[in-house]
Amino acid sequence: MDLLTARGLRKRYGGQEVVAGIDLAVRKGECFGLLGPNGAGKTTTLRLLLGLAEPDGGDITVLGQPVPARAREARIKIGVVPQFDNLDPDFSVRENLLAYGRYFGLDDDDVAARIPDLLEFAELRHKADANIQTLSGGMKRRLTLARALVNDPDLIFLDEPTTGLDPQARHMIWQRLRTLLGQGKTIVLTTHFMEEAERLCDRLAIMDHGRLIAEGGPRQLIDAHIEPQVVEVFGEGAEDWAVGHGQTLCARLERAGETLFCYTPHGETVTQALCEQAGAGLRYLSRPANLEDVFIRLTGRDLRD
Amino acid sequence: MLKYFSLPILSLRFVPVWRRNFLVWKKLAIPAILGNLADPAFYMLGLGYGLGALLPQVGGMSYLAFLASGTVCYSTMNSASFEALYSGFSRMHVQKTWEAILNAPLTLDDVLLGELAWTVSKSLLSGLAILVIVWAMGLYDSFAMSLWVIPVIVLMGFCFTGMALVMNAVSPNYDFFMYYFTLAITPMVLLCGVFYPVDQLPAFLHAISAWLPLTHGIELVRPLMQGQTPEGILRHVLVLLAYGSVGYYIALGLTRRRLLK
Repeated sequence: MDLLTARGLRKRYGGQEVVAGIDLAVRKGECFGLLGPNGAGKTTTLRLLLGLAEPDGGDITVLGQPVPARAREARIKIGVVPQFDNLDPDFSVRENLLAYGRYFGLDDDDVAARIPDLLEFAELRHKADANIQTLSGGMKRRLTLARALVNDPDLIFLDEPTTGLDPQARHMIWQRLRTLLGQGKTIVLTTHFMEEAERLCDRLAIMDHGRLIAEGGPRQLIDAHIEPQVVEVFGEGAEDWAVGHGQTLCARLERAGETLFCYTPHGETVTQALCEQAGAGLRYLSRPANLEDVFIRLTGRDLRD
Repeated sequence: MLKYFSLPILSLRFVPVWRRNFLVWKKLAIPAILGNLADPAFYMLGLGYGLGALLPQVGGMSYLAFLASGTVCYSTMNSASFEALYSGFSRMHVQKTWEAILNAPLTLDDVLLGELAWTVSKSLLSGLAILVIVWAMGLYDSFAMSLWVIPVIVLMGFCFTGMALVMNAVSPNYDFFMYYFTLAITPMVLLCGVFYPVDQLPAFLHAISAWLPLTHGIELVRPLMQGQTPEGILRHVLVLLAYGSVGYYIALGLTRRRLLK
């Protein structure tokens, strides 16, 4: 069953089409990842799906409600973790949850009854009465996640949930998201951490210049778009090696600065050849292809800022 | 562009927004009340006694009593303007509080209505604080008549909040508000009869004054404090309502354009 569908979605700002006709379907209980470089249109897509901006074209249905016409009704069962924390700095942790619960029409007793569980989930029980300014970045993110759960949502949107967090904090958020998936919640997240997408998402869509350019499971995308092995070659002799051997040995050869990326179905053949060239000032790293390779392959190596 | 300027949708969903602001205010209530009360009260008493001693009756009353009516209005205007501009802008732009609220099942119309209701409440408190001093010092003629000042304070709160929210909607930063304070609020304080009767002004300033909303607030409050029925009540009420509602309508359209694009 699809909890969310979008067809032919378009949004233009000034002369630029930021969302240029995308189709999406998110199934109940899955984690759906929207990947893309900065400025690809991910956040705008989320705003359209939440009914916070009016699309220039296309149809959206979220939790059975047409959006934006009945976005308000849809949002009653949606939780949102925005890209930048917008917790209330004047409030304690507990008051943040209380004030946010009221926006959903919950009465104070209901919210108060939910707060201990939410704090437990976010591992913030010891901080219940702490001021927001005293929290670390990871704690603020956890509180933002807890706040998004105050209405017990069926569908949770997360916009780059772990950007700027240290590895410990990031792993903790991932763990919590997995718990939520285990409870049957549906998650839609945007990210440009391929590792995050690979670990959490059942299905992914890669977005660039306002369009979806690939869609599928993480493994599927890797199999479909890239050779299974990558040998990264660097060092003084890399350029000579590329001309002498690389071009014949690799299925595809890319240069990024001083590093060669050799994509191949036969990693060992390449590494053996490199071994034979020992002393030519070559260093290399052989690894299986991952989602980041797919991402770079599809969206290019150019900077986007 | 036009779609942003559809009529406001009014709903009781604004209440949690009001309560959010109230909860913040409660935490900082003592300095807030002091600011609302002490500052205008010191001006009123200092000028009222200091200048009042040099002056005979002004407008048929003691200078202190004259100034007290002006201060009720001026304090209400200031409080509404500061709250809608500096505090409102913090919530909208700096803290992104409105953005957080919009992810819940509230619309921008609900948020802005909540801000309007809150700002009117806060300016009511400021106006009331001065009114209480007026009562305590016996600067009124009939207590029953002076109670009518309360709805006028609410009306002025609405008027100046609606106007200020327009500035809020188009402001890039806090500094921008200086234009409004310098070009709108300060001239009103000086032209609308807070410190001296408007008819002391040269004719052209007198004419400008007649178009400014603060004048109409003062022309309602001052007679009520003196136990008299104001002249031209309907006209004054309509002017205040017009500034407030046209302001609020424009502010809502501009804020929608700013945040919902």
